[in-house]
Amino acid sequence: MSTVTQSKGGERIAAYGGATAIALALALPFAVSGFVTFQLTQVMIFAIAILGLNLLTGISGQFSLGHGAFFALGAYAAAIAIDSFGLHYGLTLPLAALICFLVGFLFGLPALRLEGIYLALATFALAIATPPLLKFSLVEAWTGGVQGVFLAKPAPPFGLPLSDDQWLYFLTLAVGLALYWVARNLLESRTGRALIAIREHPIAAGAMGVDLPAYKTLIFGISAAYAGVAGALSAIVVQFVAPDSFAFWLSIALFVGLVVGGVGWLPGALVGGAFIVFAPNIAEGVSKGLSGALYGVILIVLIYLMPAGAGGLLRQLGLARGPRSSR
Amino acid sequence: MTALLSVRGLTAAYGDRRVLNGLDFDIAEGGAAALLGANGAGKTTTLRALCGMTQRAGAIVLDGQDIAGRPTEEIVRLRVAHVPEGRGTLTAFTVEENLALGAITRPAREAAADTERVYAYFPVLKERRQQQAGTLSGGEQQMLAIGRALMLRPRLMLLDEPSFGLAPMLVTELFEMLDRVRREEGVSLLIVEQNAALALAITDHAYLLQTGAIVQSGRSEEMLADDGVRRSYLGH
Amino acid sequence: MELFTQQVLAGIATGGIYALMALAIVMIYQAIHHLNFAQGEMGMFSAFVAWQLLLWGAPYWLAFVATIALSFVAGVLIERIVFKPLRRAPVFSHLVVFVALFAIFNSLAGFIWDFTIKPFPSPFGTTPLFGAGLIGAHQAGMLVVIAVVLVALFLFLRTTRLGLALRAAAANPESARLVGVRVGWMMALGWGLASAIGAVAGMMIAPIVFLEPNMMLSVLLYGFAGAVLGGLASPGGAVFGGFLVGVLENLAATYVPVVGSELKLPIALLLIVVVLVLRPYGLFGRKPVERV
Repeated sequence: MSTVTQSKGGERIAAYGGATAIALALALPFAVSGFVTFQLTQVMIFAIAILGLNLLTGISGQFSLGHGAFFALGAYAAAIAIDSFGLHYGLTLPLAALICFLVGFLFGLPALRLEGIYLALATFALAIATPPLLKFSLVEAWTGGVQGVFLAKPAPPFGLPLSDDQWLYFLTLAVGLALYWVARNLLESRTGRALIAIREHPIAAGAMGVDLPAYKTLIFGISAAYAGVAGALSAIVVQFVAPDSFAFWLSIALFVGLVVGGVGWLPGALVGGAFIVFAPNIAEGVSKGLSGALYGVILIVLIYLMPAGAGGLLRQLGLARGPRSSR
Repeated sequence: MTALLSVRGLTAAYGDRRVLNGLDFDIAEGGAAALLGANGAGKTTTLRALCGMTQRAGAIVLDGQDIAGRPTEEIVRLRVAHVPEGRGTLTAFTVEENLALGAITRPAREAAADTERVYAYFPVLKERRQQQAGTLSGGEQQMLAIGRALMLRPRLMLLDEPSFGLAPMLVTELFEMLDRVRREEGVSLLIVEQNAALALAITDHAYLLQTGAIVQSGRSEEMLADDGVRRSYLGH
Repeated sequence: MELFTQQVLAGIATGGIYALMALAIVMIYQAIHHLNFAQGEMGMFSAFVAWQLLLWGAPYWLAFVATIALSFVAGVLIERIVFKPLRRAPVFSHLVVFVALFAIFNSLAGFIWDFTIKPFPSPFGTTPLFGAGLIGAHQAGMLVVIAVVLVALFLFLRTTRLGLALRAAAANPESARLVGVRVGWMMALGWGLASAIGAVAGMMIAPIVFLEPNMMLSVLLYGFAGAVLGGLASPGGAVFGGFLVGVLENLAATYVPVVGSELKLPIALLLIVVVLVLRPYGLFGRKPVERV
């Protein structure tokens, strides 16, 4: 296969595309209903979590099937901080990021010695363990046990002429754009590029004295922080957290979103987020009884059409850049 | 003599990088040919192209059938055995299992007899029959690789650097063995070899490959006498 | 001490379930080097097929054998139809297709046979046998079935030429191709075998957990755990790992207060992660020897 060709035209299209997308994103909530605005907000929330996964996979080449756990951790951190400690909801985002970074880092310390499928399994174990941990009786005072925690919907500040849904939409959009910018810089930074190069040649990296596990752990922590922020936003937007919203399906859905959007192509996160929110709805719209089967079929057809996700397809057409998907 | 293998306009590529630029060569029924050339000239790629392990184009006619479009496992069924670079034995499998795999495309009854035939060529393999291939010495592994190829009862054997990493004495022994296999079983050989003197000694024809093209060819003894070949590949 | 023995026996009884699942998982891992997330759902679907055959009046063992045969064919077809065209797709995409298969089987089973819980017969009966009734006739029969499957698998892989070709294709596809092994078909065979073993697992597990589309969820997880504990390269190890997970799960629930009973699942999983970190190739797996 050819090496990546970066056409000038492709870059211009990307720039125009980005500008158009932002303009569209700013206008959308005024054109659609409150419910659709709410759904779009959810798309962006999942996209933020997928951005984190994309960083992990794009930089370290490893993948996680357990980021739903960090999503849950962020959501609960936010909910508990607001509900039990009266923290302002805006402050819960950095709090969730910090907590998830730390937990992700600590989890990564031993776990990232594992390779490929074994790391996937370890993270999957984390995803499975999440609901029982959240229901655990000793922490019920904070987590609300099976019932979970309900929150009030925050109103727009400074008397902005927005509905609650619109305000949360713009808040999520702002956070998402900021995190996108950070992710992009991380990927394009010298360290990021070096790490990607090293990923292909781990033995050479070892010989050069690069402490690969340390970097990988760091990246794992960062990606966990992304999932945490997404979780916190989700708690605020949905106004509710409960253990069973964070079953392992969430982790799987995030991973599916990553692949459908395309590994290594950051804007693909939005495609992935949209898939998570809308694909089950579409399947259900066609047939209630067979919605699961239809969801599966849609997924298989998508993979047939774009084996490397939306990003891979665009790369083939010369419209996106970035590394070809790794096998 | 009629040609067993007849290659016309063979090209091969790894991705977008073209490695062979239209090779023409023949190997006679029961004949032996050497493929000489510097590192990176495309010798290994030629062998890989012949048995369908790289993208390729051109005509590869084996005994009247064009095999250029066929996958490796089907070409093997036409009794073309490839002893690849690095030997290609399965390191975690026993000697016996490796040999059995060599005859996996042939009837089970014949395979048993052939195992004894290979043990007769390489008695040391019989001693090591229950040992994992990965624990054999370099020379023994090469014997196993050749033994495994013989299990196919090949008409054509492709050998990639059979002398690589072996002690000189072993190399001579191995080449005498190959010569014997050719004479006694009528197996045609195509040998890629760094050690040009040895390769020329047991072949009757030789092709000189340079950056993916054949630049010289002729009878092996003529090549051995040729000044250019001597200087470049024989070191004197 | 008596409590301990009882809990170990109870653990072995449930561990048998995990052991069978782990065996199916290892089988497919051997063939395609992936963990098939849809394995549990495939086993569940097979169990439903058996149930349907029984409903139509087939004698148990006939339904048993027919289900295994059908599942084998289905496994081969899934590889040929779904995965063969994706041979060149990235690994991530394969994992996503497993997820898709999971959703399809789960939903189809619910659609065809609905989500109500159904009893599933055991060919061995339900009389309590020993261990103060902790191990019943069905559990004991299941242990025998596991042993039979293991021995059959061992004989197939170690003594037949097809088994040899299958192992070679899994160990080194390129080398296998060079001796004429049709690697693509070996993968399909691996799928078929895994699917058949999964069917056995489904039919043995259903009498214990009752038949319903979600019956395999936790079983699959513990199966993964067992397979990983024992080492993904070793069928015998996987079976042992499955039993070990069952025993540990029971012991944790009995001896660790509060935490043990409520957090049974997280504890079992934590254990796996710890084992993985200390012994990345499982308790019985080892890095293949290689001499360059």
